[in-house]
Amino acid sequence: MNIVVCLKQVPGTTEVKINPETNTLIRQGIKNIINPFDSYALEEGVRLKEKFGGKVTAISMGPAQAVDMLKETISLGADEAVLLSDRAFAGADTWATAYTLAGAVRKMGQIDLIICGRQSTDGDTAQVGPEMAEMLGAAFTAYVCQIEEISAGQMRVKRMMDEGYEIIQSTLPAVITVTKEINIPRLPSLRGVMKSKSAKIPIWTLQDMGLDPKKVGLNGSFTRVVKIFTPQHDKKAEMIHGEPEIQVTCLLGKLREGGLA
Amino acid sequence: MQYFLTDEQKTIKELARKLAEERILPVRAHLDEAEEFPWPIIKDMADSDLFRVFVPAEYEGLGGGCLELSLVVEELSRVCSGVAISYAATALGSYTLMDFGSEELKRKFLPDIAAGKKLCAFALTESTAGSDASGIRTTAEKVEGGYLLNGTKQFITNGGEAELYTIIALTDKSKGPRGASAFMVEKGTPGFTFGKKEKKMGIRASATCELVFQNCLIPEGNIIGRPGMGFIMAMKLLDKSRPGVGAQALGIAQGALEAAYEYTSQRIQFGQAIINQPVVQSMLADMSIQVEAARALIYAAARYADSGAKDITESSAAAKVFASDVAMRVTTDAVQLCGGAGYMKDYPLEKMMRDAKITQIYEGSNQVLRSAVAAELRKRKAKS
Repeated sequence: MNIVVCLKQVPGTTEVKINPETNTLIRQGIKNIINPFDSYALEEGVRLKEKFGGKVTAISMGPAQAVDMLKETISLGADEAVLLSDRAFAGADTWATAYTLAGAVRKMGQIDLIICGRQSTDGDTAQVGPEMAEMLGAAFTAYVCQIEEISAGQMRVKRMMDEGYEIIQSTLPAVITVTKEINIPRLPSLRGVMKSKSAKIPIWTLQDMGLDPKKVGLNGSFTRVVKIFTPQHDKKAEMIHGEPEIQVTCLLGKLREGGLA
Repeated sequence: MQYFLTDEQKTIKELARKLAEERILPVRAHLDEAEEFPWPIIKDMADSDLFRVFVPAEYEGLGGGCLELSLVVEELSRVCSGVAISYAATALGSYTLMDFGSEELKRKFLPDIAAGKKLCAFALTESTAGSDASGIRTTAEKVEGGYLLNGTKQFITNGGEAELYTIIALTDKSKGPRGASAFMVEKGTPGFTFGKKEKKMGIRASATCELVFQNCLIPEGNIIGRPGMGFIMAMKLLDKSRPGVGAQALGIAQGALEAAYEYTSQRIQFGQAIINQPVVQSMLADMSIQVEAARALIYAAARYADSGAKDITESSAAAKVFASDVAMRVTTDAVQLCGGAGYMKDYPLEKMMRDAKITQIYEGSNQVLRSAVAAELRKRKAKS
């Protein structure tokens, strides 16, 4: 099986602070990590390769520093990794990101399965996977928590919905996004780490993939981030003390005052 | 402190720490309480290539020496020395094979050991043979088709869980220690069974068990080295493995120091964190100095052993004795600094204190090893 895993480098914390003056993420002092959901995608890809043979290629669109993350994917079992990096890719929204990733997949030729994490922990949109599937004309299933069977150009997966599970049969090639229930990602191996240190990570640019400059980065984005801000929590709580009867009377009085009762 | 570790050694240490913190830390209290052998963690260690560290490259290992092994043991022990010793005992159980075994025997077993598919154990101790290893009674009689083993080994780490056992037994009773030989015995060999599983004060996640041999026939090819060399090989092995026991003690002490630092920084008494008290700072400083001194001695002893030097008895014994005494003192002080909380099972300190004790006892009690160091002193004096 030829498998591609898409990964994103994200700040290693879920409590990202925002600079209130510039409305941008404060990245200083925060280590970048593999988007946690993507590490499940990588593990699943590596497990499928171990079972069916083939190759796992990790790809990421991002700045040059994402090379470190891609080297880490080699230590975790990926055979190869490619970074998609170009000034023109900067400021991409989910559509432009999906377009760029899809361009890389097309360049690779015959791919059986593309695995993504269900969403990133910084953007949280969960859109890149499905958009990419649409662009590649591949079958798509989101929230996969188990791959039940793969045979004869078909795959059967179990996906996790809010109200239960769905079993879905689809054709290959396919794109899936996975949840954290699908596996427990392995730790890196020593031989993997040593291999990853000397691994060469090729960088593919706009030109390398023959993409339309109008469809990538900020130019190709349908959406713009106008503002990022931390919601103001200026509501005040008032504690009412005293005997239960007094508390009830007091509360009722306040509700009436506010026209709520 | 800077120990000038190579990139590869740093990678090994970092990965062992990552594994310990992510896989062992969440379950260490349970493993201790339940006396449960840590099979899922052994699997993780195998997948991370940790068992390859001490195996030569030609048998699918990474070709590391005492230092690399010590780095792994230190990091695992920082979180749980019960788990660490289950790993280290495999190195102990395979060193004799690696150093003295036939090519055929090494080809047969080492790749599986490197892959972590088979754990090992080393069996010298018997009820009559502790510090005086020459008191062994287990016999290996040469018969048609191999050797017939009879006897009982006691307190064997990884006993029952390991697949491969290095057994020291007498092939010639009349020669005493010079009549001992070493054998590789596989679990499941007819006549080889397990006796009592011990309940222990510390390192409770590890398995300690009796090995019972009743007319157990093992192939002639399973002898390691020449007949009669068993005792000498065992002594050489223990010289080589002692820095590793020191590293176990070092890891325990490091873990206790960190836990005590954290607790004293957070514990508020008299309106402030108790770490602000000079008496507490003084204790923490002493603990830290001792831990660092132990580390320096162990790394130096391990490097000396890896240099190929033959006279490693004294340096290895010194490293083991010093580090294990440090571990006992530091864990005791760590419990003291954490007060009532340190004594309770909700905190890791009391476990560390229980775990530390064995490092002063096994692989040569500190008293016996001090005698060995003293003997080397006298030898030097006599030569000068």
